[in-house]
Amino acid sequence: MTLTLANVSQRDVTVVNADSKHLLDVDSLTTEQIYKLRERASEFRQLRASRPFKSDSLRGGSIYTLFFENSTRTRVSFEHAGKALGADVINIAASTSSVNKGESLLNTVLTLDAMGIDALVVRHPHSGAPHFIARHVNAVVINAGDGAHGHPTQALLDVLTLQDHLGNLKGAKLALVGDILYSRVARSDIIAFRKMGVEISIAAPPTLLPHDWSPGPNSLGIPDTEVTLHESVEDAVRDADAIMCLRLQLERQTSGLLPDVNEYSRVWGINTQRLALAKPGAPVMHPGPMNEGLEISTDIAHGSLSLVENQVENGVAMRMAVLEHYCGPTREVL
Amino acid sequence: MSQQSRPIVIRNGRVIDPSQGVDTISDVVLVDGVVRGIESCGLTQFSDDWTEFDASGMIVAPGFIDLHTHLRTPGQEWKEDPKTVSDAAVRGGFTTICAMPNTYPAQDNASVLGELMLRCASESEVRVRPIGAITKGRKGDELAPMHELADAGAIGFSDDGDPVMSPHLMRQALTYSTDLNLPIINHAEDRGLVAEWDMNEGVVASHLGLRGFPNSAETMMIARDIELARITNGCLHIPHASTAESVELIRRGKSESIQVTAEVTPHHLALTERWVYGENGNVPAVLTENAYDTLAKMAPPLRTERDRQALVDGLADGTIDAIGTDHAPHAATDKVCTFSEAANGVIGLETALSLVWGMAGIEIGLAIERLTAGPRTILSDESIGTLKPGAKADVAIIDLQSDWVVESSTLGSKSHNTPLLGKSVLSRVTATFVAGVKVWDATEDGAKDA
Repeated sequence: MTLTLANVSQRDVTVVNADSKHLLDVDSLTTEQIYKLRERASEFRQLRASRPFKSDSLRGGSIYTLFFENSTRTRVSFEHAGKALGADVINIAASTSSVNKGESLLNTVLTLDAMGIDALVVRHPHSGAPHFIARHVNAVVINAGDGAHGHPTQALLDVLTLQDHLGNLKGAKLALVGDILYSRVARSDIIAFRKMGVEISIAAPPTLLPHDWSPGPNSLGIPDTEVTLHESVEDAVRDADAIMCLRLQLERQTSGLLPDVNEYSRVWGINTQRLALAKPGAPVMHPGPMNEGLEISTDIAHGSLSLVENQVENGVAMRMAVLEHYCGPTREVL
Repeated sequence: MSQQSRPIVIRNGRVIDPSQGVDTISDVVLVDGVVRGIESCGLTQFSDDWTEFDASGMIVAPGFIDLHTHLRTPGQEWKEDPKTVSDAAVRGGFTTICAMPNTYPAQDNASVLGELMLRCASESEVRVRPIGAITKGRKGDELAPMHELADAGAIGFSDDGDPVMSPHLMRQALTYSTDLNLPIINHAEDRGLVAEWDMNEGVVASHLGLRGFPNSAETMMIARDIELARITNGCLHIPHASTAESVELIRRGKSESIQVTAEVTPHHLALTERWVYGENGNVPAVLTENAYDTLAKMAPPLRTERDRQALVDGLADGTIDAIGTDHAPHAATDKVCTFSEAANGVIGLETALSLVWGMAGIEIGLAIERLTAGPRTILSDESIGTLKPGAKADVAIIDLQSDWVVESSTLGSKSHNTPLLGKSVLSRVTATFVAGVKVWDATEDGAKDA
């Protein structure tokens, strides 16, 4: 095909094959696939309850985690998940690797790929780094968080956590509160929960919203993804079935986005008064790490309606399901 | 520049010379390195030692002039050098290129300029016109010696890649250069508004989680510069206009008789921000590993369809005077990295016509006008960009219906950073003459048909 004006599609969205070798974001998963991953993760969670649990479904496989940013729960849960499935898991922190000697990202991943690995679990501060890596390696690439773009396993574990609590997600209303502009969790959660039929309400300081906010079917520029923007956090959480409180990513703020964190806490923080506006018993989630007392009050973070620890527990189970699906022999089952 | 050549008659082509309002099937006769004239087909008397070039079915145009070329010389010759940029230019029909001064060291004095011109004289087959820096070291602190640079051949001044951020210094540059009657070419990017960015600010950046460069960061600086041109009577040239608002500001400035001219790149005429998705300008329902295409990263960034349309309209109504390629070669390592790490820029000489005519659909007479007569006027050089008798015998022969594949193996440029790489495009320059010497002939080269 010769590139001319006539044959560049004027349609908004071109459908491409969604069956991806890599997990770059949740957009590549169908609703059905998300259901199956959720079911598999539930099984793993039950199996893990009768400790010690060790499977050999990935025995002989090697999984490298390559983290260019700090992480506790994501990196450890991937390691835990890989080992529970019998894989050899090797952790590489960029800060102690040859990256510190100036080795490029390309040469770093080519070096690791040459060692014959099955999967590369990557976290990188630049959006699209996993896509770049996927273009150059044979290994399966699992995105463990890229810049402000995506965090697919977080979204999957959030779906699992909320579905466990609510039973049915279709038609449920989720309030997403906080830093949308810089949040990879927000983007992946929005895609995943919309696929599950969840209505999403958003509230954020206007400086922490994408500049070209577009209401309608492609909110945030994401195809087929509609969310509702509210001017106040009260409006967003009113009658919500659940609240997702996003981390105020202090390390990503350039100056001038917020006057100070106390004002953020006062106007956008999730506290008892605001939670009371949601449906009775509505749970609160947070992807962590929390700025406790800032975006979420202490009594809620550790209160009976907090699902924060469930999210962590589900993180291991969901990452087992993900690794099994993307690296294991049962891949074709999903 | 070139050795004395045999007289040439280019026969039976559709001769388009906007400088004379010519669009006719004719012969073009080149003698002693200059144009003898556009002559009626078959009437030209010539002897056996003349060279005949059959241009039947082709367009014969004055050689193109590029106001905006990065030679990467001196200092980054691994990206491009005077020979390879010349190879790229002739493949695109360009016979005169203007060398941007963001070199190492910067082209901010006669020694650097003179050395470059010496190298180009021996290594380049096309005419090279240097652009001097506005400020010393392109640092934006003190004016460069503009008279010295003009004496050494500078056709204008620019700190391209970096804007002159200080309004005071920009005012002085416009004022000081009034004596020379040479344009100040300011890269419009207000870094006070946005310091770090990846692509156009908008829905695609939002989707991809990339940092945005809003239209206003360009438009605010163009508004400032037009106001400064108004109070100084200075000569302002806007490089690579990319936004709808920029076009409107330039249109208004011209209507108020301010001395402002403008150029647009082939990429901004043909492509939009959606090319960052890596799917030929389409929006994928699911992001694949093709997304975050660093080959579509440039400064200013590719914008929206609305902006693209405004640029096309501005080109048509004369608001935009010229098409400038902003040919910006980069080595593979500058592009094979994450999107945020990648260098800005795209090569442009060899694909200019395919983008402008083949993809953007600009009428061919208009496209040739903005590639020849338009820049000729800005350069105030009567001897190029025209087929008038006595002009330099610089000619481009164009086959509009030829498909070709943009391939590393056949590109003349040392660098291959273009989102068109590996793709089939329409319209091709099949031969190029500089001073009556054939410096490019696609039928003799290995370039493959699509």
